[in-house]
Amino acid sequence: MVEQVAQMIVHGEAWTIKDLFVLPNEYVYWSIQIVMYPYMTGLVAGAFVLSSLYHVFNVERLKEIARYALVFSFALLPVAMMPLMLHLMQPLRGIHVLMTPHFTSAISAFGIVFMTYAVIVAAEIWFVYRKFIVDSIHRLNNKPDRSGLESLLLPIYKVISLGAMDISEEALHSDHKAVKFLAGLGIPVACFLHGYAGFIFGSVKANALWMTPLMPVIFICSAVVSGIALCIVSYYIFMEMRKWAAKRGKNWLLPDALAQGGTAIPVEQLRSIQDHEVKMTSKYLLIFMTAAITLEVLDMIFRGYTAVKSWDALRMVIYEHDFMKIFVYQYGLGNFLPFLMLLLPGLTTRRAVVASALVLFGVFMMRWNVVIGGQAFSLTFSGFMEYHLPIIPHDIETFKEGLGGMLAVIVTPFIIFYFLNMIFPAFMSDDEAH
Amino acid sequence: MKRRDFLKNTAVFVAGASVSASALDFIDPQELLAANPELKWGFLVDTHKCVGCGFCVKACKTENDIPYEANVTRTWVERYLIKKDGDVVMDSPKGARDGFTTKLLDQNHSGMKLVPENEIAQAFFVPKLCNHCTTPACVQVCPVGATYQTADGVVLVDRSWCIGCGYCIMGCPYGVRFFHPVEHVADKCTFCYHRISKGDNSACAQACPFGARQIGNLKDPNDPVAQALMNQRVGILRDEYGTKPNVYYIGLNKEVR
Repeated sequence: MVEQVAQMIVHGEAWTIKDLFVLPNEYVYWSIQIVMYPYMTGLVAGAFVLSSLYHVFNVERLKEIARYALVFSFALLPVAMMPLMLHLMQPLRGIHVLMTPHFTSAISAFGIVFMTYAVIVAAEIWFVYRKFIVDSIHRLNNKPDRSGLESLLLPIYKVISLGAMDISEEALHSDHKAVKFLAGLGIPVACFLHGYAGFIFGSVKANALWMTPLMPVIFICSAVVSGIALCIVSYYIFMEMRKWAAKRGKNWLLPDALAQGGTAIPVEQLRSIQDHEVKMTSKYLLIFMTAAITLEVLDMIFRGYTAVKSWDALRMVIYEHDFMKIFVYQYGLGNFLPFLMLLLPGLTTRRAVVASALVLFGVFMMRWNVVIGGQAFSLTFSGFMEYHLPIIPHDIETFKEGLGGMLAVIVTPFIIFYFLNMIFPAFMSDDEAH
Repeated sequence: MKRRDFLKNTAVFVAGASVSASALDFIDPQELLAANPELKWGFLVDTHKCVGCGFCVKACKTENDIPYEANVTRTWVERYLIKKDGDVVMDSPKGARDGFTTKLLDQNHSGMKLVPENEIAQAFFVPKLCNHCTTPACVQVCPVGATYQTADGVVLVDRSWCIGCGYCIMGCPYGVRFFHPVEHVADKCTFCYHRISKGDNSACAQACPFGARQIGNLKDPNDPVAQALMNQRVGILRDEYGTKPNVYYIGLNKEVR
């Protein structure tokens, strides 16, 4: 009997409320995980672009946050795939996309673009940290009483050094050139990675809200915005945690200190780095925000002005059903308010961080409004659908595509980052790395 | 063997092997067997004949193992009610599986709606099913090629290969696709391919007591469906998407979407 009831619940039925005339098979099939997917990819791409600002354009002032952004981008990378796996009805067959891609589909590019990008980021990190890796091998080799963690790290470093132990002036110079090249190559690939996520939506001709050639460009701009904002916010939080931990000697909060032995930076120095980096980075945030908002507003105006057949339904969704989500949360709280906060003179670190947190929220709402908003109306334009995020899961499906799955995706990069930080300390302050 | 020689030999071998392997593609026996230039399936719906009994939906669910109680269906019937002031009210309760048994129109969250009879200008029923488009959007967007078009023009889903991403469901402008509640893969009407390729009728067409549904071979000039397309004024749904549907409607109103 239980199985029979379970069979009657169709995928999407648990969280969709239909109103007026909606076709029998229409549900909100793409729910929270598909909101998370472009959001996470955007964060990956944005964090990478931030790190490239330093490496390619020599924006010296972004030096500290650039290295952090690079490592954090690498930690975010596997998580960009996680929402897709949680969303698939047949997750075990997900590998088919990589192995037997069907090239007329936008999604089939995923494997190629994603892998290319992963290789570039991994290679860049390798070149940035090569000297550090070699130094660490020597340091750990010469240490007579290695702790358990250090004994674990030594073979890891030996493997990832790939046997390249040359750290002469000449070798380091070519490392530096390689980093610059990879960072430069990474920018278009990062944009492509995210632009293609926009293309997945923009090319669905059946969906009146999604179908616009602007979609990839809008996605790229908002990706950079959200990536930079996340770097600012998380950099600030990590620095606060480090300050707190450094004062009290709580080394478990400093994975790099735990792994590399007490190299914790003095608290005063931490504070000045943090202030400087956060304020500088927020300038760049402002520039990319302007581009993103311009495009989004252009899209909206264009739809209203041309007012094709679908506009009646879209207008209902934009101005009535989703008014709060679009104009209050996304544009008001997520764009306008932080824009003002960053523009007003006398920018403090804390204000920049609060503004960035709001920007992060705004970009999340933008993804929500695109993905869920695009399914808020029936293909007939005569009915509407409302999505209710499952909070308390009652089966695996409502967990995966509910609050639980969403939180799992948000938390995972930080866990990965914690351990990655032991191998590649992202907060190194000296000139050991590039 | 020197490294240079090894690389050279490898390159020659790969190039040679790929040329001879590509020849296999030309004589793919499966393709030869399936290609039938004399056959292209098409479907004709005469909306004047449909009374909304829902027998087609029932027959389809039974024939194709779509759980009877599940709120998804491969075919369904829509009721259109056009008021004298031009307003259109539509419904399709449970895809009309049990027919239209009441004058109340199911408006989902807005409840049941009764339109007074003196306000009604006209009312009619429109059966819907997969259009088996000539240029199907669903086939284009499937990332693994699990949904495909047969040589005789039917669009099918490979249940053993579908990853369940839902991109085809999003890509279909007609809303005919859904996730099968038991198989957990994308599902849709197959024109009863397992029946028609053996010479049988599709389940829905066979169940229709009024002959509102007909399946036929568009390439055969003597086929009743092909003749109707030639001699009558028929329409298709949503041609603006460029999918070139193969389900044709007699008596299609502009209100039908």
